Amino acid sequence: MLTITDLHASCDGKEILRGIDLQINAGEVHAIMGPNGSGKSTLANVLAGRDRYQVTRGTVKYRDVDLLQMPPEGRARAGVFLAFQYPVEIPGVSNIYLLKAALNAVRKSRGEQELDAMDFLALVKDRMQLVEMKEELLYRSVNESFSGGEKKRREILQMAVLAPYLAILDETDSGLDIDALQVVAAGVNALRSPDRAFLLITHYQRLLDYVVPDVVHVLVGGRIVKSGDRALALELERTGYADLTPAPAPATMQDGR
Amino acid sequence: MEASSRDIETLVRREYKAGFVTDVESDAVPAGLSEDVIRLISEKKREPDFMLEWRLRAYRQWLTMRAPQWAHVHFAPIDFQSIVYYSAPKSRDDGPKSLADVDPKLLETYDKLGIPLRERELLAGVAIDAVFDSVSVATTFKDKLAALGIVFCPFSEAVQKHPDLVRKYLGSVVPYADNFYATLNSAVFSDGSFVYVPKGVRCPMELSTYFRINASKTGQFERTLIIADEGAYVSYLEGCTAPMRDENQLHAAVVELIALKDAQIKYSTVQNWYPGDEQGRGGIYNFVTKRGACRGENAKISWTQVETGSAITWKYPSVILEGDNSVGEFYSVAVTNNMQQADTGTKMLHIGRNTRSTIISKGISSGRGQNTYRGQVKVLKSAEKARNYTQCDSLLIGDRCGAHTFPYVEVRNPTASVEHEATTSKISEDQLFYLQSRGLTAEDAVSMVVNGFCKTVFKELPMEFAVEAQKLLGLSLEGAVG
Ligand SMILES: Nc1ncnc2c1ncn2[C@@H]1O[C@H](COP(=O)(O)OP(=O)(O)OP(=O)(O)O)[C@@H](O)[C@H]1O
Ligand SMILES: [Mg+2]
Repeated sequence: MLTITDLHASCDGKEILRGIDLQINAGEVHAIMGPNGSGKSTLANVLAGRDRYQVTRGTVKYRDVDLLQMPPEGRARAGVFLAFQYPVEIPGVSNIYLLKAALNAVRKSRGEQELDAMDFLALVKDRMQLVEMKEELLYRSVNESFSGGEKKRREILQMAVLAPYLAILDETDSGLDIDALQVVAAGVNALRSPDRAFLLITHYQRLLDYVVPDVVHVLVGGRIVKSGDRALALELERTGYADLTPAPAPATMQDGR
Repeated sequence: MEASSRDIETLVRREYKAGFVTDVESDAVPAGLSEDVIRLISEKKREPDFMLEWRLRAYRQWLTMRAPQWAHVHFAPIDFQSIVYYSAPKSRDDGPKSLADVDPKLLETYDKLGIPLRERELLAGVAIDAVFDSVSVATTFKDKLAALGIVFCPFSEAVQKHPDLVRKYLGSVVPYADNFYATLNSAVFSDGSFVYVPKGVRCPMELSTYFRINASKTGQFERTLIIADEGAYVSYLEGCTAPMRDENQLHAAVVELIALKDAQIKYSTVQNWYPGDEQGRGGIYNFVTKRGACRGENAKISWTQVETGSAITWKYPSVILEGDNSVGEFYSVAVTNNMQQADTGTKMLHIGRNTRSTIISKGISSGRGQNTYRGQVKVLKSAEKARNYTQCDSLLIGDRCGAHTFPYVEVRNPTASVEHEATTSKISEDQLFYLQSRGLTAEDAVSMVVNGFCKTVFKELPMEFAVEAQKLLGLSLEGAVG
């Protein structure tokens, strides 16, 4: 599904990613943990195509195409989804309008027919049950005066409607109360399927109690310094990142699956 | 964070789509203005004496006036003697009796503009009075409206058939001596629309006029007069386009609205005249006087305007709130791009008790566009407990454009309350990336942000015209499920 090789990226001349190697296969759930400022969101943004970051080295192959060559909307249409750590507000644009435009853009690019209003509404209502979102929120402007938790749920709803192949969730669990956390987890689990992969960026092992990852990676200083199974997350919770300094040479502890 | 301004500018820069000239024979008087030209216009229109006298009074007044200088716009002086004051497309007879009589070329023109008149006839709920240059060429639904006693016809026809109404109300809101351009219009106006909705009648369909400036060097001087008698309701939409041309063309229209007791008039404009090219060559000068009077208790007048075209827009749709409890509203979206200049806003004059006014203005500037909001709220001593709320938002795209806000507030009654809010924002790169990462192109993303910004105004546009507005704006409106 996704093969990242020796990925280097910088912003304003400052190198943030310093050689990421990562292989994610269809059907897998990978978790990335790591201290603040280690480059987790940068990795997510580079994968989504944010041009603020310059890729200086390395390749990213996604479903047999060169992901880095595609514009952000092309990636979205090809099935890459990023749930933002800090979703932005777009005043005056209702959630449902954005959802419809997004879904139809994706469908159109795949040669599928655009959904009409009725079918679309039925689909959205169905998916809303996944995230237990109040219908009222649909008609409110995108993230305008949404609570932190509501914004995150809204990201999950978008994911559920767009049904991507590769979903990257950047700290979607942060700032959620325990009920909302379970909702997000239920949403991810419901979408889990053999042809879909997830990359969960999180600070808390808590999420991984509900969404059991296949692989856990530790990102420190722009490199993956350790990978393992979910026991690694439990271990990190106990020991913290203190022992894990960025290795001088790129860490190549890829999961072999 | 501000998106790279050049990128966004390219996105909003669009070629003017309505730039083509229709080749029809015109019946025009020679360029220039004199009493003789005015007499000729009046004669061509077979006007009654009172009309000619009114025109001549205005003309003599105009000769003593000077063009206003106060607006925040810049342009070379206009040579009023080089303008053609009357131009009408030649028809087989003397004016078409029905759509079938209309020159097919004209219909084609409307088709290119996306106004399929013939289809419109079938589309229940819309009646169109189309103005091609100076003469109305087609009026639909007239019979249906007539059954309700509603008069909806070209102004020149109203002068013939309803001279009493015209005489009573013409100039009663915008007097012939009102201002330089309105006075010029009073002298030379060629045509426009006339609407009268009788007592207690709710006009069952949106009334609509599409104006189009076609003949070269023709100034267009429409005169529109809408009267809603006691308890009546009418919604009117005006949409405009003009072909691409090098020389600047003057458009100086006058619109007068009169709402009597308990009556309501909703007037919506979508203006997309040629804005000139990137260097600021060509384009329409849109100097318009629009004013409504709430003449009785509980009367209500709403102006909604979407102004995307013209090289210079200079207009202040206003409401005179005479009747107690009467309501005035102004909802505006003004877009300036390239070298466009817009100086627009409103005036709310509170005279009656408990009068209320709402002003929502959204200015969008990009390129080197200059967008000025100029609004006046005046509360007279008699206007006990008058209330005004003004919200004035500017959205800047890029960093070479400008937004200016000039609110003038004058309150002479201590029980009145006047509230003003203003914001200025820029489209952020975060917003664009967010939308792109959901599959939207950068262009659609800009459009979505801009539409969101304008939403409070767009929702005031009649539903029937959502599609037209979208077409004329080149922006996508919020969909039906929004
Ligand atoms: N646009 C930017 N300009 C300059 N520096 C940036 C930019 N974006 C990120 N950085 C820097 O890159 C480093 C990595 O940031 P990133 O947001 O990827 O961290 P993170 O691992 O997601 O942290 P957190 O756990 O706090 O979300 C930080 O030092 C940050 O300050
Ligand atoms: Mg982060």
